[in-house]
Amino acid sequence: MDFISILSIFVLACFVGYYVVWSVTPALHTPLMAVTNAISSVIIVGALIAAAAAGVPAAKWLGLIGVVLASVNIFGGFAVTERMLAMYKKKERPAKEGGKS
Amino acid sequence: MAPATVESAVDYGAVAEAVHAVNPWVAVAYLVSGVLFILALRGLSSPSTSRQGNRFGMIGMLIAVVTTLVTHEIASLPEILVAVAIGGGIGFVIARRIAMTAMPQLVAAFHSLVGLAAVLVAMAAFFNPGAFDILGADGNIFAVSRIEMALGAAIGAITFSGSVIAFAKLNGNMSGSPIMLPARHVINLGTLAAIIVLTGLFAASDAAGPGENSMFWIIVILAFVIGFLLIIPIGGADMPVVVSMLNSYSGWAAAAMGFTLHNTAMIITGALVGASGAILSYIMCRAMNRSFISVIAGGFGADSGGGGGGAAQTDRPWKRGSAEDAAFMMSQAEQVIIIPGYGMAVAQAQHVLREMTDLLKEKGVTVKFAIHPVAGRMPGHMNVLLAEANVPYDEVFELEDINGEFSQTDVAFVIGANDVVNPAARTDKSSPIYGMPVFDVDKAKTIFFIKRSMGGVGYAGVDNDVFYMDQTMMLLSDAKKMVEEINKSLAD
Repeated sequence: MDFISILSIFVLACFVGYYVVWSVTPALHTPLMAVTNAISSVIIVGALIAAAAAGVPAAKWLGLIGVVLASVNIFGGFAVTERMLAMYKKKERPAKEGGKS
Repeated sequence: MAPATVESAVDYGAVAEAVHAVNPWVAVAYLVSGVLFILALRGLSSPSTSRQGNRFGMIGMLIAVVTTLVTHEIASLPEILVAVAIGGGIGFVIARRIAMTAMPQLVAAFHSLVGLAAVLVAMAAFFNPGAFDILGADGNIFAVSRIEMALGAAIGAITFSGSVIAFAKLNGNMSGSPIMLPARHVINLGTLAAIIVLTGLFAASDAAGPGENSMFWIIVILAFVIGFLLIIPIGGADMPVVVSMLNSYSGWAAAAMGFTLHNTAMIITGALVGASGAILSYIMCRAMNRSFISVIAGGFGADSGGGGGGAAQTDRPWKRGSAEDAAFMMSQAEQVIIIPGYGMAVAQAQHVLREMTDLLKEKGVTVKFAIHPVAGRMPGHMNVLLAEANVPYDEVFELEDINGEFSQTDVAFVIGANDVVNPAARTDKSSPIYGMPVFDVDKAKTIFFIKRSMGGVGYAGVDNDVFYMDQTMMLLSDAKKMVEEINKSLAD
């Protein structure tokens, strides 16, 4: 891909991000931060490429450390988001007083 | 897309050749994973769809990782698997064990890891450009790739050191009060300018000589330093903005590395995360009526010299209430609104507070929670704590949605909040918090205000007129103990 195609994807993704994030309910802003943390660790792709390539040991070890760090984030980020989201419940138990938004 | 154009790998040498499993489906797979990440954030528009969104995010990550692994010739699969297992194990255990009150620290720590990972990837690309397809025919790294690498490394380094400081401040390893260096604006701007100039020079120089190499390292070092310098002057109360801002940086770092790797998943994700952090910072700043620049410039919450109220007026008369008073008044009320703040998190009072609402509901009282956008130490902090304590999310309201109700409310119950209920924000133009949107608790018939002592003021360092109002009763105690006592009298 040439630079302009990549730039186009980037700019459009910024707009998508803008609208998607504004639609996130404020009650879920903490899970939003946790999950953005997890997905920004997609940088693991770069670390994997470095770790996988043969030939330059320094790059390989930097890549491996990068893989460790990004994995902490991926597993930790998704797991803690899942844990938080599981706690958000609607009112259901006392069905006696209904009708207040 | 025509992957073949960049993939004419023959010139790049043997190392580069390993990476060229030319397959248009690779680009599609990364695109799919990017789209799944968009859906992950989209799911967060409502708690009912959020968990499905999180699953999408996991699948997206799995696709990105598997695609990378199957399309590259891997010289060290065991090492990689061990690295993933170590990191994944650590992350998983932390995620299971962490207390919900410690979420701001955790998020700051995670940001620092993303930042450091970005730096490491940029350094690895610098050492082994062939593996990343960024080597030109002349044996030099492409100029545009050099800019992307330098930017990725710099933003990553700023994210790392900034997040480490934010973590230390949030976790109490470091005082939350701002540390002000003399001439810090000059130092910061000078360092930033140096990074930008060096990045330009790094891109423009086309010889891979030692001079060029040292430029890259100087950029990285300067970026580590500036991340540190940027965050130390920012006080504890501004941490929600800082955490959001670092969130944004970690996204831009990922995006910059995505440009280097020509990887759609990384670019889409970076843009999403960057936008997310930027919007959260904006929401936080708006909720404090402060400009982003003034937050970044730091110093707020020191001993703000300006401001009318001042903390010197504590000799004004105020009324002390007891747990029994609070229990009696609330059980007689039709509607009670609870305003939690950071103090509730510190006292871990969310569970006893939920018990209190249950007892009140049994008596037919309507109980609602009102949450200010900057309550706590990160966006949405209070919502998570209340969710943890099993408070249904449809009883928790945002500022705009509930502020009109205080005039028809019998009891406003303030627990661990202060500045967000200060009427000076509406009336006193000289107050440092003037213009900040606040809860109009002063319109409620009765106010109970849980506070440790009368001496302390909020983080903004301003006195609060609500303490001295006729309908206010101060409950001076630890928040958790006080609520427990109230629960006892309610149960009787």
